[in-house]
Amino acid sequence: MTNTINEVEDAKAIFVIGSNTTENHPVIGYRIKRAVKKGAKLIVADPRRIELCDYADVFLQLKPGTNIALLNAMAHVILKEGLADEEFIKARTENFDALKATVEKYTPEYAEKITGVPAENIIRAARIYAEAETASILYTMGVTQHTTGTDNVLSIANLALLTGNIGKPFSGVNPLRGQNNVQGACDMGALPDVFTGYQSVTDEKARAKFTQAWGVELSGTPGLTVTEMFSAAENRDIRAMYIMGENPYLSDPDSSHVRYCMEQLEFLVVQDLFLTETAKYADVVLPAVSWAEKEGTFVNTERRVQKVNQALKPRGKAKADWQIINEIGKRLGFGWNYRCAEDIFTEIAALTPSYAGINYERLGVTGINWPCPTEDHPGTPILHVGKFSRGLGRFSAVEHQDPAEKPDEDFPFLLTTGRVLYHYHTGTMTRRSKGLRKVLNEELMEINPHDAKALKLQESDLVKVSSRRGEVKSKVRITDRVPRGVVFMTFHFKETAANLLTSSHSCPTAKIPELKVTAVRVEKA
Amino acid sequence: MTKVNITINGQQLEVDASMTILEAAESAGIEIPTFCHDPELTRVGACRICVVEVAGARNLPAACTTPVSEGMVIETESERVIKARRVNLQLIWANHPQDCLTCEKTGSCKLQDYSYRYNVTGSPYQGEAKVFELDNTNPFFFRDLNKCIYCGKCVRKCFEVNGAGAIEFMYRGFNSKVTTAFDVPLEESSCVMCGMCVDVCPVGALTPLQGLHNNRPWEVEKVLTTCPYCGCGCTYYLHVKNDKIVGLTPNFEGPLKGHMCVKGRFGWDFVDSPDRLKTPLIKKDGEFVEATWDEALDLVASKFKEVRAQYGPDAIAGLSSARTTNEENYLFQKLLRSLGTNNVDHCARL
Ligand code: SF4
Ligand code: SF4
Ligand code: SF4
Repeated sequence: MTNTINEVEDAKAIFVIGSNTTENHPVIGYRIKRAVKKGAKLIVADPRRIELCDYADVFLQLKPGTNIALLNAMAHVILKEGLADEEFIKARTENFDALKATVEKYTPEYAEKITGVPAENIIRAARIYAEAETASILYTMGVTQHTTGTDNVLSIANLALLTGNIGKPFSGVNPLRGQNNVQGACDMGALPDVFTGYQSVTDEKARAKFTQAWGVELSGTPGLTVTEMFSAAENRDIRAMYIMGENPYLSDPDSSHVRYCMEQLEFLVVQDLFLTETAKYADVVLPAVSWAEKEGTFVNTERRVQKVNQALKPRGKAKADWQIINEIGKRLGFGWNYRCAEDIFTEIAALTPSYAGINYERLGVTGINWPCPTEDHPGTPILHVGKFSRGLGRFSAVEHQDPAEKPDEDFPFLLTTGRVLYHYHTGTMTRRSKGLRKVLNEELMEINPHDAKALKLQESDLVKVSSRRGEVKSKVRITDRVPRGVVFMTFHFKETAANLLTSSHSCPTAKIPELKVTAVRVEKA
Repeated sequence: MTKVNITINGQQLEVDASMTILEAAESAGIEIPTFCHDPELTRVGACRICVVEVAGARNLPAACTTPVSEGMVIETESERVIKARRVNLQLIWANHPQDCLTCEKTGSCKLQDYSYRYNVTGSPYQGEAKVFELDNTNPFFFRDLNKCIYCGKCVRKCFEVNGAGAIEFMYRGFNSKVTTAFDVPLEESSCVMCGMCVDVCPVGALTPLQGLHNNRPWEVEKVLTTCPYCGCGCTYYLHVKNDKIVGLTPNFEGPLKGHMCVKGRFGWDFVDSPDRLKTPLIKKDGEFVEATWDEALDLVASKFKEVRAQYGPDAIAGLSSARTTNEENYLFQKLLRSLGTNNVDHCARL
């Protein structure tokens, strides 16, 4: 997030796109509702009629995979109606003309044809967003899990740049991170092309710095992304894999393919709390501990580094992930000897300018938002104030592209996936919680009443859902939360693994798979 | 900001003119009892346990709703104040169950604490006992409305902070109670089980089921940590007793003010799920067999070395985790990169 969670509450307008916030980020959802009570205007764009729609001034029920057309049309209206912040555009941005030229053809009527959203609603949304004194955009995977994921994000940034809604309180471009430490994993360089703090592996200077600090030779060629790793395993370019705390067999698209790829590996080591579906394919399984049994830090979605403290002794012979990696590092002859998590944090701070001023002691009960370059720096709740890190904010001219999969005669429905309030990710944790399991312990695929009627389905009936890649059986929940032609499933339940259906078509830049759009067939089972 | 000069318990203070007496006292480290007050909720001044004596005023005003003014002279523990508070407590005890011995709230109950503070042992008033049925229909907490003292914090928290608006005051007078619309069980209401009502209830009317009869505040160690679920990053104190988690208190001083959702508040019990992996496993002939750490780690290291020697470092890849700590992610990428490959990623995209 460029801004903080608490600021959401005082924004004058909020634009939520592709985020079912009240279920996936409940505490941020509370703030959106509070903002509305305080008089903020709310725009919701989602294929599903999510809970926030009840609070929205405008609900843009777009077809899955049509974000760019919608966002470009909003930019079109903002420009046509003279609602853009000329001064901000002049002083702080570049490439404006390219944007202007591109959005020219995205009239609300043109976008209506692509998105299915009535032109007048697009106009209303654009006015609300642009006319508000401060406007905040919140988005999540509904925007990024598309073949056009990167472009979707760029066109969101366009809106903020057009209206000067960045670099000031109660505004911003705010991706909500799904998992507790996605932000931290990225910050720490658990990415194929960067070291910590987004220092590029292709940058000689950065590489020299890490080479010197670590005492090893480093590769300057960016590595493979998750999806590419599995394909590389299939081609036998990757022979050994180390998977820590992830369950790609259930979380990644096209599960049968993922499994096939894992089976091709000569050696797979999985480190986790449980014998997950992924761990079953491992050659070695290393038992790790939960967050309650170890020390360290997480970074939340607003870039706040917060402490994790050890409350319990490790269960059985399990060890903290850092201890296990440390042991492997030692055996590989790297000369490591980390005694505690804090040793590691100190090294991170020394090598990462945005973390340089942070230490355990300073984190206290509130944590610190990075960038925090020095020990007397208070941290940075709001990014891009006065200046962007890259200098000028760049507009991006992006065009709508159809999703990779379209419904056809054989697969007439669009499946979109997500989460529900009571469960999390592949369910490895929540499904082991007694209370949460009691509330909900099975998939209930959402289907529109009209479609249900046409298929002669009653509430809780069992259906067979199939795609070009696989099939699963699920119970249905008949609801007008989903429009006709769209069905919704989670990926919490291994018995109805939705990712057997999804495709690994992915965004060419960010390599994010298009989990939000899969063509499927639904039949009574 | 305009300032005013006031005197509290003989202590001269300069405070913001916008403050209430309660806030001014707190800023000077003087604690005034409250039941219905919560800094982030609408002030209702309903419970009147916070009354104080203000020189020149005929009545005892409620500290939580009365603004300070220039020259105000305030006594927070005068004889008159104490007398009023004692009567207040006695009236509550007139129809409050007296089962503190087994009540889960003992030790952190405001009614108990203030009764102790003002030496109130019971009630001279003979009230009719309330007989509301216990509501234990949801899997996370039960409601014993016989203990409710009508502070209304749960109602305001649910409406003002959560936005669910699941509960309301219903009926009038003696039968008045906090409940859902149409008095249906919570599970059938708009309740999303966030537990925020539970954590503000000053008495034992709302009680978590986790750790029941095993969570006396003086027996537990409280450890501050951060929620392992979504990216909001709520922080809280785990209650630990005999190496088990028995409860949780939100971090009200944290940036998110102690707000939480059902997953973080009640979903931590996977920690002691019986199928936790307790020992390293090595697959032999298609079956996992238990191994020592040395066997497992030696095997991992030698396989990595072997693959690197035979096929080059880029034949190795690692998937790090958005759930583990920064320190672990850092070390993980350092390991892969030290092996000579940048093939490291995690599930940020999923
Ligand atoms: S648990 Fe949360 S949603 Fe339910 S009644 Fe209490 S405050 Fe409201
Ligand atoms: S249930 Fe608790 S919080 Fe709610 S009104 Fe009664 S005493 Fe107050
Ligand atoms: S308590 Fe709920 S909202 Fe808060 S971090 Fe945990 S999962 Fe997210």
